[in-house]
Amino acid sequence: MTVSQISFGSHEPVLDVRNLTVQYIGDTRSTTAVDNVSFSIRAGEVFGLAGESGCGKSTIANSIMRLLKDPAKIAAGSVSFGGKDVLAMNQDELRRFRWQDVAMVFQSAMNSLNPVLTIGEQMADIFTTHAGYSRKESLRRAAQLLELVRIDPARLKSYPHQLSGGMRQRAVIAMAVALKPSLLILDEPTTALDVVVQQEIMAQIKDLQRELGFSVLFITHDMSLMVELSHRMAVMYGGRIVETAKAHDIYTAPGHPYTQALMGAFPPLTGPRIPLKGLPDGVKFRNIPDLAEVAPGHFVAPFDADAEAAVLEGAAQ
Amino acid sequence: MSHAVHSPTRPDVSTQTPALEVRGLGKSFHIGGLFSSQTVRALHGVDLTIGHGEIVALVGESGSGKSTLARCVARLEKPSEGAILVDGVDVLKRDRFQASRAFRAQLQMVFQDPFGSLNPAHRVEHFLRRSLTIHGKGGTGQRGSEEQTRVRLEELMTTVGLQPDMLDSYPHELSGGQRQRVSIARALAVEPNVILADEPTSMLDVSVRIGVLNLMRKLRDEQGISMLYITHDLASARYLADRTAVMFAGEIVEEGESLDLLANPAHPYTQLLVSAVPDPARAGSYDPIHRAQLRQAVMASTTCAFEHDPDRRCSSEEPVRHQVGDPLNRHWVRCHLYRPRAGAGGHALATEPQPAD
Repeated sequence: MTVSQISFGSHEPVLDVRNLTVQYIGDTRSTTAVDNVSFSIRAGEVFGLAGESGCGKSTIANSIMRLLKDPAKIAAGSVSFGGKDVLAMNQDELRRFRWQDVAMVFQSAMNSLNPVLTIGEQMADIFTTHAGYSRKESLRRAAQLLELVRIDPARLKSYPHQLSGGMRQRAVIAMAVALKPSLLILDEPTTALDVVVQQEIMAQIKDLQRELGFSVLFITHDMSLMVELSHRMAVMYGGRIVETAKAHDIYTAPGHPYTQALMGAFPPLTGPRIPLKGLPDGVKFRNIPDLAEVAPGHFVAPFDADAEAAVLEGAAQ
Repeated sequence: MSHAVHSPTRPDVSTQTPALEVRGLGKSFHIGGLFSSQTVRALHGVDLTIGHGEIVALVGESGSGKSTLARCVARLEKPSEGAILVDGVDVLKRDRFQASRAFRAQLQMVFQDPFGSLNPAHRVEHFLRRSLTIHGKGGTGQRGSEEQTRVRLEELMTTVGLQPDMLDSYPHELSGGQRQRVSIARALAVEPNVILADEPTSMLDVSVRIGVLNLMRKLRDEQGISMLYITHDLASARYLADRTAVMFAGEIVEEGESLDLLANPAHPYTQLLVSAVPDPARAGSYDPIHRAQLRQAVMASTTCAFEHDPDRRCSSEEPVRHQVGDPLNRHWVRCHLYRPRAGAGGHALATEPQPAD
């Protein structure tokens, strides 16, 4: 079956993750944090990865960047970026790959700035290290970057503690796009921020994305935010993807009971007050099968009726 | 699929003493060194009433003073000025130095972090039994038998939606949602009139949050417990609370029936908050110029949208309350002309103004 009704991006995937399995190896037992996960991101596409804490979304991001440390191990699968095998790269290649090809904004990234260096020094570092510019040229470019995220370039001389949380987060995002990467990974970029600041930062990421044309892997547990920002999204549960489709399709017609529970977890801001149901305590899905296509471009993991009934019954309580 | 719609409840609070009333509450924190006389004003002139069986939400951003208000009302912090009335009794006068047991029996708290508020060394039973014993509600000692206590313990567990056999579990064996339910059961054991819940769901996994909110609503519906629900999540405030109060820079700027307040926000700060909530139903509504105007209006408004209000004349010196819409909704907004203190901008306004291009 051909999938061609998608209007955004080209069909060349920028990032292709195939059957990725990541395990945390322990002395007595091992945990499979990511279990046979596949997805791809096209050029200029915003791809969302939703799920709760512990479902493996950050592990995926770290695998793509090859940042996993012991005891985590990539047990199987492949990650290819623009045709190159990321898992086979050596240290030198990785050094070029990180930041130049793929940049990542971490959870509470605003705390990842060095408190004893000025913003300018830290931003100029990127250019001197990765692009080999002179210090003066680097600072000039750093000033441009700050302007890009609407921060006064005079702030180059400020230390991180002199900026507000939102400004620090925007500075970090500016640093991430400094070398014009083709993929930006955002791991819960706004969880530590207030809602007004969050919206401004998301709007800015959207603008930057339109301007610079990079793809985004956007990781969050906030479904409303994700549906607003991403083109396509996947919902993860227990290391497995349980549903993937265009964001709007998941929003209007969530297929998997877990997705439905996640969607139901966010009360709306308009309309009548309708009793909602979250996922009841103790409901677990096990042995999630591979995805099956239920509508063009909409894939849902088959689930047994028992699980769905359990979700509904729990909600009725 | 058809849903039952929560009917907007309007408990008749005007005729009876409110369960909790806060009058002109203020709190300043001393900053700087030993000899410094500098203070930070965290709360100023807060008036808030919660009727019997009413849920009131207090929303605002971090740093707006919501938690300081909760800590003052719970008597964990000594307010600098004002009065706190529980069932019409001024508790600051009654027990001047610290909260009495009688006060604790009337008002209980549920904290944000269920991982930190339960001692990991004890079983669930311990927390509940302790509440019962301290407040003499369990029927232990002269007042009843161990059997009655047991029945009460199991009853509490069932009320909050947990299995009675979980009484023997340690906190680490429970999920975040289950732990928060234990915290709620612990508060309930005392049979309080008012529960103060400070961001009770923000540390929980998203899929179980709604379950905890539903539990709180159930407790109100079945046991008539009044609640002050403190949150930064407007959507959940709208879902749970009968009335919502919006706090900005330590002062309440708008208050009203939740659905009405979020549908017709009158204060620019409330409008700013409401417009920032992600909602797929109105995606792409972000407008930086409108945003900058709202921000300007919050800090330095020169006009008030209610300047023709015949009952209350606008004033930049006093926090005049203008009524919004139908009096039934008890929706009021502070006059826009009354400006917040310089430097009290809060996080929403700390970002630099956007160029108006």
